[in-house]
Amino acid sequence: MWLNQLWFVLYVVIIGGYVILDGFDLGVGMLSPFVARSDHDRRVLLNSIGPVWDGNEVWLVLGGGALFAAFPFVYASLFSGFYLAHMAVLLVLILRAVAIEFRSKRESARWRTTWDWFFTISSTGIAFLLGVALGNVLRGVPIDDQGNLNVDFLSLLSPYALLLGVAAVLMLALHGGIFLTMKVSDELLGRVEQLVPRLMVAFFVVMTAVIAWTLFLPEDFAQNFRDRPWTAVFPAAAFVAVLVAWRSIRASEHGRAFLASASMIGLLMASVAAALYPVMLPASNDAANSLTIYNAASTQETLTVMLVVAVIGMPFVLLYTAGVYYFFRGRVQLDEDSY
Amino acid sequence: MRDVLLDRIQFGLTASFHFIFPPLSLGVGLILLVFGVQSVRTKDPKWRQLSLFWVRIYGLIFAMGVATGIVMEFEFGTNWSVYSRYVGNVFGSLLAAEGIFAFMLEGGFLGLMLFGGTRLGNRMWLFATSMVVVGAHFSATWIIMANSWMQTPQGYEITQGPNGPMAVMTNFWEVVFTPSFIPRLLHVLVASWMLGAAMVASVSAWYLLKDRHVDVARTMMKVALPIFCVLSVLQVAVFGAQQATVVAEEQPVKLASMEGLWETRDCAPLYLFGWVDTADQTTSGVSIPCMLSVLVGFTPSTEVQGLNEFPADERPNINLVFQVYHAMIDLGMVFVGVSALVAFTAWRRRLYTSRFVLRVLVVNVVLVFAAIIAGWWTAEFGRQPWIVWDQLRTADAASPNLSTTTVAISLVGFVVVYSLLAVVFFWLLNQKIQAGPPDPPDESEVESLPDSFGEIFARRPRASSRVG
Ligand code: HDD
Ligand code: HEM
Ligand code: HEM
Repeated sequence: MWLNQLWFVLYVVIIGGYVILDGFDLGVGMLSPFVARSDHDRRVLLNSIGPVWDGNEVWLVLGGGALFAAFPFVYASLFSGFYLAHMAVLLVLILRAVAIEFRSKRESARWRTTWDWFFTISSTGIAFLLGVALGNVLRGVPIDDQGNLNVDFLSLLSPYALLLGVAAVLMLALHGGIFLTMKVSDELLGRVEQLVPRLMVAFFVVMTAVIAWTLFLPEDFAQNFRDRPWTAVFPAAAFVAVLVAWRSIRASEHGRAFLASASMIGLLMASVAAALYPVMLPASNDAANSLTIYNAASTQETLTVMLVVAVIGMPFVLLYTAGVYYFFRGRVQLDEDSY
Repeated sequence: MRDVLLDRIQFGLTASFHFIFPPLSLGVGLILLVFGVQSVRTKDPKWRQLSLFWVRIYGLIFAMGVATGIVMEFEFGTNWSVYSRYVGNVFGSLLAAEGIFAFMLEGGFLGLMLFGGTRLGNRMWLFATSMVVVGAHFSATWIIMANSWMQTPQGYEITQGPNGPMAVMTNFWEVVFTPSFIPRLLHVLVASWMLGAAMVASVSAWYLLKDRHVDVARTMMKVALPIFCVLSVLQVAVFGAQQATVVAEEQPVKLASMEGLWETRDCAPLYLFGWVDTADQTTSGVSIPCMLSVLVGFTPSTEVQGLNEFPADERPNINLVFQVYHAMIDLGMVFVGVSALVAFTAWRRRLYTSRFVLRVLVVNVVLVFAAIIAGWWTAEFGRQPWIVWDQLRTADAASPNLSTTTVAISLVGFVVVYSLLAVVFFWLLNQKIQAGPPDPPDESEVESLPDSFGEIFARRPRASSRVG
């Protein structure tokens, strides 16, 4: 049974890794029209994430694989249940990948502007849809005793879920902005530095609204924190991370601000996980049908095999991810192989 | 149970479209390794020039592979939820292992490979490239392992899960090394390398026809054509034949459908082309007597099981399987012919001037690609009506809570988006090829790039205009 718990933690780590890493490059996509003034600026933004965005997106693929292997019932129910929503996510993921690749392949201004819009809209779309999905997962959906979800697309767009979508967009835009402060220079940097504090205030306001609304929901998310008071560390530390990010931005300590922002995202994810645990997908009709880390998991044998795989694979992943980030550190300069 | 036709069309379409790109990554990757090794060995800037050219094409291919691959990762859950619950214990692990071992490696080093041309010396660039290429090969290995388990499952038992039966792993190594895995892997890898070589040869042949970049084109030909010729012979003689043997042993009804063999018999014929009439239970066409028995058991007296041994509801769409299978093997023989032609003209020293041979080489790549898709269709259509061989029927495996309209919407979406992507992709590919290779890099500049781990990690950050 400890394997189930461990895999829940690993799963949260992978998803957290995805949101932190791909999060900043989604943010860069969203901010592009607001801070870039010229084609040169746009290329700088694109190349700030150029060498790493693909590796970042792999964390999402890994999340899908890990969910399939460790909690196949959640994988099956979630993706078939939110079918059209997932198709929308896939569509924006496709558009984003090709927009990055295609954009600079031609000189034509029309061509570039078109793909720039695809880039921005799809980046925003991914963040928004992920937020909406989180909103629905938190509040639960009707699940029958066969594990099938019966929801239609429109009912996913509840006001609470939409608000979470907005919060996700602001959070990642902020994260992307902070990332850019480490990557761009000159006037572009000046514009980013102006924008970031405003984003931070907006995010703070929306996040406060989200938390207040969550506390007034009929579902009792505080229960888990009362049962396991130590988990309150996560939201508390997230709050501290926000403050650190704010101060570091003000002091132009960009590296530290980025670390703070990354920690904040990770801690928020951990808070959500702590509030749900051990449920992974709550059933709003009948709590007995909820998918939990026990009734939705693979067998102990499979979880063990997967653990061996993770123990062998993860150190390598971390090693070369760190190596590649180190190699491409510093501010962007364009040259002939740039996007 | 609802009708699963649209789900099947959608899966087949998205998998086939995805599979345009990975074989190209595998094959072009192999050629890039050759270029890289040559630059390290000879320091001749022309090899680096070739790498610079093909790396850009590789980037384009790779981005399409990623964009379409993400769809695959989630499609099992979206459209085949019953299947996902049934196999998650076994199949999910293989997919997750692919993520950790393969995609992470590719994704991590891709940036270094694509941007290495201006940042890395020959050896380090080769290192980055080889990591990506190794990653792509790992990826093929795991996904084919997963597919092979569905074709010839073992190392599992069926238990009662929370909502119906499900397969659980009893022996990891049996799951990994199912009987069809290694032969299928080799066959697919060889096919992909053939595709890469044919692609490079096609571009060079086109340059030679247009009398452009002649020197570079000849160099590329010298690398690509030997690979293509040797592999295409091996593919027909060894790896393809091996596949047929495995199918005969493990999935005899599939083999009988591939050859339209109705009655069990020895000295079974191998058709070159033909037509299966399912109503009359006859197959007509041009065949080589006894050849199928030889292919399967190495002697004409080998008995091959016919379709009549199997209940009608356990047979696939026979004529369809027959046709796509024959498309593949006929093309396989065409490639042997092309190789012979190439070898002959090369021996006569007319390879770079014979317009006929060059034209053949330009179109050859399309045929290789067609053979690959035809092969997969054989494997997948021939597997019907099973999604997991002998265990779970495709008709029972789809997500029950989807309506036909919902799936129709997504299917139309995929058709539209993929068509547009295909147009843009081929257009950009064409542009890159038309633009031709860049100028050869300056030797002293290459010398100044970091070329060992020590140099890379001691390097100062790229000059910055404002220190933050
Ligand atoms: C360049 C491409 C190419 C060429 C020339 C051939 N094949 Fe092939 N074939 C493939 C590319 C391919 C493939 C795309 O790689 C497949 C699809 C699934 C697989 O395992 O490999 C395949 C599948 C496949 C299967 C089905 C396996 C199954 O259903 O599980 C058989 C029996 C063969 N091949 C046999 C042959 C023979 C006898 C060939 C000799 C003429 C041949 N192939 C040439
Ligand atoms: C990349 C090459 C592949 C191609 C071109 C391909 C093609 C197809 C086609 C045409 C179908 C529809 C068959 C039918 O329903 O009659 C299909 C079904 C399917 N394939 Fe593949 N496939 C490929 C690889 C794979 C791999 C590697 C896997 C698993 C890892 C896989 C899993 C499935 C599944 C789950 C279905 C749906 C059930 C079914 O209809 O059989 N395929 N594929
Ligand atoms: C024999 C069939 C397949 C092979 C050999 C193969 C191989 C590859 C390769 C080499 C890549 C890297 C991208 C590229 O180089 O273009 C890739 C991408 C991908 N493939 Fe496939 N693939 C196959 C079929 C499938 C199937 C059926 C799935 C579904 C599970 C799948 C899932 C993915 C995913 C999720 C990606 C994106 C990974 C990333 O972000 O880097 N592939 N595949």
